Amino acid sequence: MIDRRQFVQGLLFDRKNLLVVSGLGSPTYDVAASGDHPLNFYLWGAMGSAAMIGLGLALAQPGLRVLVLTGDGEALMGLGSLATIGVKRPANLVIVVLDNQHYGETGMQPSHTRAGVDLVAVARACKFAEGLHVSEIEAVNRVRDLVHNGVGPIMVQARISNDAAPRVLPIRDGHALKLRFTEALSKLGD
Amino acid sequence: MDDSTNTALHWPDLIYAQFRRVGIRQVGYVPDAGHSRLIELIVNDPNIHDVVLTTEEEGVGLVAGAALGGQRAALLMQSSGVGNCINMFSLLQNCGFPCLVLITMRGEFAEFNPWQVPMGAITEASLKLCGFLTYRVEEADEVDDVVGAGCDMAFAGDLQVAIVLSQRLIGRKEWTR
Repeated sequence: MIDRRQFVQGLLFDRKNLLVVSGLGSPTYDVAASGDHPLNFYLWGAMGSAAMIGLGLALAQPGLRVLVLTGDGEALMGLGSLATIGVKRPANLVIVVLDNQHYGETGMQPSHTRAGVDLVAVARACKFAEGLHVSEIEAVNRVRDLVHNGVGPIMVQARISNDAAPRVLPIRDGHALKLRFTEALSKLGD
Repeated sequence: MDDSTNTALHWPDLIYAQFRRVGIRQVGYVPDAGHSRLIELIVNDPNIHDVVLTTEEEGVGLVAGAALGGQRAALLMQSSGVGNCINMFSLLQNCGFPCLVLITMRGEFAEFNPWQVPMGAITEASLKLCGFLTYRVEEADEVDDVVGAGCDMAFAGDLQVAIVLSQRLIGRKEWTR
């Protein structure tokens, strides 16, 4: 199984102008641990909203790539969003679910994916252009290529190990996160 | 009757004109009889991304993403949808994302379905508790002014603004067919 930190580090290596939305809890810490960046929008709440924030961003910035990096529990809470994204079919949106099959923030209770609920199958049924399961770290370069070059919407479900990684806490002020993101985005054209 | 000169019939067109004036580029909605004319105008506008949602709370994420990406967005929903959004509204408050929501009321004037009443009765209070400025519209000839003012407050001030369109304005729902 995949080490989450190693996987996210590999995914965000040489990220270019990638716009990243991270789901609350461990995915936010994983993205922060890979190196803080103004084009990271870290969620600290609003569970279930990550995919839809990705959609709004992808529609607004069709010339850039958008990565939503979230957990299985967060993705399950916004399952209807996959149908909504499947209707709009943004070519520049990739959702990567770091699936440890548990709710890590609340004490490792098993999630629906633990019982076999398949998020890639759901995404395919929701008209996503591509869906992929990965369970080995060697797959990270293939996933990174999809993030930068694949025709979306794409869903990747990455089976990561249950091991908890040390918390790396990015800034929590939502106004600051918004302002630095929009400022960095406006400078990309310069 | 000529639609173009009768405010009582063309108030959705006035809302659409305000959306165009302030440059709204994304509109999230759950299909709704009261908003049907406005939804039709939006779907037919190539400059606006129309996003049909499975539940209203998805729209809050959409608005946040649009704002991060530099586009203005609005949401259309029934009063019942406000209840679906409450935790997601925290995103708007925490980050100061501008948000304009147009709400068609159920559970008040001439409502035939009592199941609509409990949520309708707490819609405006819930919005206020969630940090929204709320403006209620009773008459068709107020729509243009109030929606225009709401647009300006939301997008000039990064504020959360809800325009509550009364059930009397929308008209009685036909429930026999």
